[in-house]
Amino acid sequence: MVEPAVNTPGAQAASGNGRNVVEIKNLSISYSGQTALEGVNLTVREGEIFGIIGPAGSGKTSFLKAINRMDLFSTAMEVKGGIRFLGRDVKDWRNVYALRSRVGVVFPLPVGLPLSVYDNVALAPRLRGVKKKADLDIIVERCLQRAALWDEVKDRLDSLGSLLSGGQQQRLTIARSLSQDPDLLMLDEFSIAVDPVTTMRIEDVLKELRKEITIILVTNLVQQARRLADRTAFFLNGECVEIGETEALFTGTVKDQRTLDYIEGRFG
Amino acid sequence: MFVATDLNRQNDKIQQRWRILFMVMTLLLILPVLIILLLLIIRGGPMISWTFLFEFPEQGMTAGGIFPALLGTIFLVSVALIASVPLGIAAALYLSEYAGDNWLTRVINLAIINLAGVPSIVHALFGVGAFVIFFGFGTSILAASLTLAIMTLPVVIVATKESLQAVPQAFREACWSMGATRWQTIRRIVIPNAVSGILTGIILEVSRTAGETAPIMFTGAAFFLPFLPESVFDSTMALSLHLYVISTQVPGVPEALPYGVALLLIAIVLVMNAISIAFRVYLRGKKKW
Repeated sequence: MVEPAVNTPGAQAASGNGRNVVEIKNLSISYSGQTALEGVNLTVREGEIFGIIGPAGSGKTSFLKAINRMDLFSTAMEVKGGIRFLGRDVKDWRNVYALRSRVGVVFPLPVGLPLSVYDNVALAPRLRGVKKKADLDIIVERCLQRAALWDEVKDRLDSLGSLLSGGQQQRLTIARSLSQDPDLLMLDEFSIAVDPVTTMRIEDVLKELRKEITIILVTNLVQQARRLADRTAFFLNGECVEIGETEALFTGTVKDQRTLDYIEGRFG
Repeated sequence: MFVATDLNRQNDKIQQRWRILFMVMTLLLILPVLIILLLLIIRGGPMISWTFLFEFPEQGMTAGGIFPALLGTIFLVSVALIASVPLGIAAALYLSEYAGDNWLTRVINLAIINLAGVPSIVHALFGVGAFVIFFGFGTSILAASLTLAIMTLPVVIVATKESLQAVPQAFREACWSMGATRWQTIRRIVIPNAVSGILTGIILEVSRTAGETAPIMFTGAAFFLPFLPESVFDSTMALSLHLYVISTQVPGVPEALPYGVALLLIAIVLVMNAISIAFRVYLRGKKKW
């Protein structure tokens, strides 16, 4: 029933997209024995926006959690199968903190840490040992600018990050992720608590970022995937139904009828 | 036009009744506190003077001041704090931030709850056995303070643990997901946001420590000493024990004297509470989420 869309290395070389940032082989995730995701095979290539769509409860968030080993946060979550990040199995990254610092995560609800705007963005650099104020200043300004937030907060960097509006906080979260200088940025339904105007601004930000960072974009907005993703995967009830070039999927070239049904809004 | 139905009106009436009931209960609660405070201030207030605070007792404790007892209580509380606060906070950090949800954690939590339920006289006997005799501290400030520390440890642990757990899990996960270790997360995010709760726990401990009589009676506090303690291995007078003795054991004590001592004891607790509230207001002004 599953259509294993394994990308062989040869196929990638042909598409000219460089190395694979994430390679997933036969990934299964369960919570206390209850399956959330089963038999997923896919590859995320360097420099692409990889979209994941699917209704609630289809295992999208669990998928993201497995990549940077956030499964360790809860004892109930169990991950089986192979996940390679930058060519190395995530379970072989002896230092899980090194792995996580390479991956930026943006959660559905913005998490403005109870620190000032400045300290929010300076946190990751500080964690990795940047101490000089001048260096931090540069990083903070650059990340806020890339997240399209600088102009709005440059005069109040000392005020609390959690006092910003929801949309601003979400861009602050993105700035914070960028301050990690990550190889991969994972966004989990970032627009769920954000107004449409801010959503479009963040989408513009992502379009800029794709030049430098590989992005996995989990979204509940089908059209958002169409606007942003190079390739898109469709998850349904813990199964990866289909992976394909986004344009192809949205123009009806699907291998599985369910994908078309979901995209056209006939269920979900 | 909108009109309230009979059912609406009835529901409103019922909820008003409940509100009044709860309010009366709450007011009943503060009544004893007010009465105690008023009584102490009226009867004991006139006792408070420079002599009372800073001089030794005279004429078989029926006159003079209570300086040794005041100083003794401050010593006992300080040493108890030094012993129990680091231990309690460390334990709470472990239980809240590191320990997995397994049988060992559950046993430890159960032990802490049980420790909180042990009567203070039992703690006193433990203190005699462990600190006075086994460790050979004798009846001393050290033995009495350690006994108090063990008795109040659960208060510190539980208060600290609760304030740590009040910090939203999302903050921790956001921080972890950036590659922060547990300790980095604790130091930069969790503790700064739990400080006010931890302080409350410590203040609660101070209040309780200052007022306890039984645990120090056999371990380090004396009825009357003509000199001040010179080290933690000396025994000391203490306000709580002094109050107990002059109220029950010493004939011919003027009626106002015990009230004065009690007022002083309460005043110490109130001052500590006021300091903690002020400090928390200050912290809250700086941080918020």
